[in-house]
Amino acid sequence: MENQLHIPTVAEMIAKGERPDLLFWVGCAGSFDERAQRITKSICKILHHVGIKYAILGTEENCTGDPAKRAGNEFLFQMQAMMNIEVLNGYEITKIVTACPHCFNTLKNEYPNLGGNFEVVHHTQLIQSLIAEGKLKPADGNEFKGKGITYHDPCYLGRANEVYEAPRQVLEVLDADLVELKRCRSNGLCCGAGGAQMFKEPEPGKKDVNVERVEDVIESKATIVAAACPFCMTMLRDGVKAKEKEHEIQVLDIAEITAKANKL
Amino acid sequence: MMGQIIFFCLFVLAVAIFARNASRIYKNIKLGKAINRNDRPVERLKLMFLIAFGQKKMFKKPLPALLHLGVYVGFCIINIEMLEIVIDGLFGTHRVFSSLGSVYNGLIYAFEWLAFAVLFSCIIFLIRRNALHIYRFSGRELKNWPKTDANLILIAEILLMTAFLFMNAADFKLQQLGHPTYHTAGAFPVSQFLVPLLPESASALMITERFCWWFHIIGVLAFLNYLPISKHLHIILAFPNTYFSKLEPKGKFNNMPAVTEEVKAMLDPSLPPPTGEVSRFGVKDVQDLTWKNLLDAYTCTECGRCTAACPANITGKLLSPRKIMMDTRDRLAEVGQNMAKNGDFKDDSKSLIDTYITREEIWACTTCNACVEACPVNIDPLEIIIGLRQYAVMEESQAPASINAMFGNLENNGAPWKYAQADRANWRNE
Repeated sequence: MENQLHIPTVAEMIAKGERPDLLFWVGCAGSFDERAQRITKSICKILHHVGIKYAILGTEENCTGDPAKRAGNEFLFQMQAMMNIEVLNGYEITKIVTACPHCFNTLKNEYPNLGGNFEVVHHTQLIQSLIAEGKLKPADGNEFKGKGITYHDPCYLGRANEVYEAPRQVLEVLDADLVELKRCRSNGLCCGAGGAQMFKEPEPGKKDVNVERVEDVIESKATIVAAACPFCMTMLRDGVKAKEKEHEIQVLDIAEITAKANKL
Repeated sequence: MMGQIIFFCLFVLAVAIFARNASRIYKNIKLGKAINRNDRPVERLKLMFLIAFGQKKMFKKPLPALLHLGVYVGFCIINIEMLEIVIDGLFGTHRVFSSLGSVYNGLIYAFEWLAFAVLFSCIIFLIRRNALHIYRFSGRELKNWPKTDANLILIAEILLMTAFLFMNAADFKLQQLGHPTYHTAGAFPVSQFLVPLLPESASALMITERFCWWFHIIGVLAFLNYLPISKHLHIILAFPNTYFSKLEPKGKFNNMPAVTEEVKAMLDPSLPPPTGEVSRFGVKDVQDLTWKNLLDAYTCTECGRCTAACPANITGKLLSPRKIMMDTRDRLAEVGQNMAKNGDFKDDSKSLIDTYITREEIWACTTCNACVEACPVNIDPLEIIIGLRQYAVMEESQAPASINAMFGNLENNGAPWKYAQADRANWRNE
């Protein structure tokens, strides 16, 4: 199934005299991280299923510069941003969906001032609107029915951009037993990866942030924790492992849950 | 007459000292770099009304919010009484507003209950702060002076309200005795219960009433002048600070215009090189911050909601957003003193980074914005942390080794990890 899916690049599309209606910004994690690649593929399946004419940039995509900017390297960030903007504007891209809240935040908020003006949505927002339009519908007897599911708010989707409802609405259609973490929405606790922490060892302390967060998940008694960010995915999975709960708690991205529920 | 002269002198002195301190703080805030926060005034006013007047963000924690509301409303409204005290003090009148009749009685009735609310809340606050083990009231930055400072403020408010209530009780008792100066005025729902504690003789009662009156007004004037050296300035600065809030999404960080010019020139050699001299990239010392960062620092009342929400702090790292604000304020006060003494800033071989805030602190931040969200008066410690990182990276090239490796990967292969750019779309075939 996976291999049957043809995912075109913008360049390939244009060579055929076509243009994408939507650019899928895969992101570095979604491109290279094995676990995140499965999220990427789920998003592609969804886009394919609903028949959106989309494309990726492929090898023309570069890191948005988010980790450089949060780590204080404004030069590197702006270099990345301007290169990406040049590519995006060259292809006259107008609408972008991202699989990562960090890419989402950077493209949406920090690119306009540098000449990149696009309509940017996060994949949870796109999925939510597809559900609202009736284009996505969980299959009868979907595997999540009645399961205990909780949702971890990614900082760069939640607090940073106040997207709290879309991912929750996507989960609400599953007929699952939804439960909130004690620290949720604007009070959500970070997974520990933001601000370029993903790429370094944490400073000395009592425990790792992801372990603290997974303790919230354990307390919620949910068996599935839904994520919406590839970095959160890594951190939560590591935290679940550290707590030796990998047989009881599954970490799944909203896109993966949607794809599975729709039997894609 | 003597009383009036003493009162006049004390009053003028207190206001003058306060004005001098206020202008010193204003001058210090003006040391910050320019940033435009005057756009969208309607939105800003709305924000100020909701967050400062309405205390919206306080209600994330309902119990402290209600107690604080008692102190806040009490403090604001009892200040109407202060007006009467000042007029009485200057003109030698007694309860000058009592000619308002039933309106006056209603006001005093309300003041009494509000004074009680302030008293009650402050006692609970003292207990919470000192006897209960509440996370945000511990922390290494809250030892010594900051701890004393907080307790002093609470004790001062308790003493002021006690004096206010005893003043009323003595007045009430004198009214009941039919003393000629103390005409019947006011309503005393709370202080009536203090009446049995007071002496019986009219002269002793008058001494009590006068003592409490003077204690109250001198206390208030002293408190006014304690504000600028304490953490308590939020009662004034919360209003401008929320008005000048960042209105963009929290995730949006400023793009540095000086960098934009240089990067544009680098990418397109046909462009002329940037002309504007940039003295420094990022933040080494308080003068590199914006005036809003500095206003934030003076507004902080060290409540610690930021620190209690900080993922780094609650997992035992050194970083505490509250300490970032306290360090910024302390360094700014030091720089201000330095400038006052030397005419201009004389290098003291200190800086905000290293002398006050360590590298370990700034690199522990996940930029999650929990501190910004938690602050009831919209202080932004994150902007300062990022500024310090920018200095460490762009001026000193001093980032943790793994961060430098990430930068290297970004530059060479467009991803934070060491994967070849050419392999970016390989996942399609896997």
